[in-house]
Amino acid sequence: MNPSAYLALAAVLFCLGATGVLLRRNAIVMFMSVELMLNAANLALVTASRMHGNLDGQVFAFFSMVVAAAEVVVGLAIIVQIFRSRRSASIDDASLLKF
Amino acid sequence: MTAVFWICALLSVAGAFGMVFSRKAVHSALWLALTMVNLAVLYVSQQAEFLGIVQVVVYTGAVMMLFLFVLMIVGVDSSDSLVETIRGHRGASIAAVSALLVLVVTMVSQGMQTMAINRDPVGLARANSDEGGNVQGIAKLLFGRYVFAFEVTSALLITAVLGAMVLAHRDRIRALPGQEELSRQRLMNPATAAGLPAPGVYARHNAVDTPALLPDGSVAENSLPGALQLRGVAHDVREEVAVTRAAELAADPTQAQEDES
Repeated sequence: MNPSAYLALAAVLFCLGATGVLLRRNAIVMFMSVELMLNAANLALVTASRMHGNLDGQVFAFFSMVVAAAEVVVGLAIIVQIFRSRRSASIDDASLLKF
Repeated sequence: MTAVFWICALLSVAGAFGMVFSRKAVHSALWLALTMVNLAVLYVSQQAEFLGIVQVVVYTGAVMMLFLFVLMIVGVDSSDSLVETIRGHRGASIAAVSALLVLVVTMVSQGMQTMAINRDPVGLARANSDEGGNVQGIAKLLFGRYVFAFEVTSALLITAVLGAMVLAHRDRIRALPGQEELSRQRLMNPATAAGLPAPGVYARHNAVDTPALLPDGSVAENSLPGALQLRGVAHDVREEVAVTRAAELAADPTQAQEDES
């Protein structure tokens, strides 16, 4: 399978993730959409690694997985903290900085 | 390889659609897990065996479990409000994302058409066999050229752990009452000194959702478990009370006058 098909798949997944971030209002589902976008980027990195025949792309994908894992831990802790103080996981309710 | 690509591509796009458009957050998490497993297969099919396994272990194993745990804490039924708070927000976002998709796909196809690397990619057979395998090759790079980035990663992980601990920690305003204080409290209050009335004590119905009756025939609210009252599944005993009362009256008509007085 030639690499452009994989890249197109990565683009489609990235755009679906962006759709989720823009449309959903539940903070956790938004977070999952961000994860999907990161995964799409990883797929593009792995594809580039195969195209060029060296492993640097895979190492980059590995690093982005590490960063994504750290980001999930901190992000979910923040969501839990907001839920504790406001009893809601909807991002519309966290609007104190709006005005 | 072509069959693997198409099957996994379709399944992962289906999973992504399911994640974005399913109403319940738990369903979204499960759809995302499907997408991630299929991405792992796609990694392995592109000679990235190590990343494929890491994808399954880290994403579908750890990250998705974390998501599910947080969903359980936050409440499974915290459903999304589907009311548009900003007018035209939904249409505008779909238009923007479609434009982004067209842009990226055009970019990829235009760029790749001119590259010989697209028709026959170099492939990783040589890079993987140089050090004896995919894992060894990645290890050589990770602990060689990228060792500084690797060390910085450890600082990042420590910071993330500390941040999560600080954020998830909650200071109690006062200490939780222990067993001794609770029982002392119960005995000091005359209303609860003898214990709460037990539920389910009733002639025609014997279950924990049936409230006890007070001597005058009214319902003792505190005989029911609080959770049942919150869920609204407590048994309505008015009918039984009426039937019993009628039977008592039929057996002994003088009681009606006693009730009056």
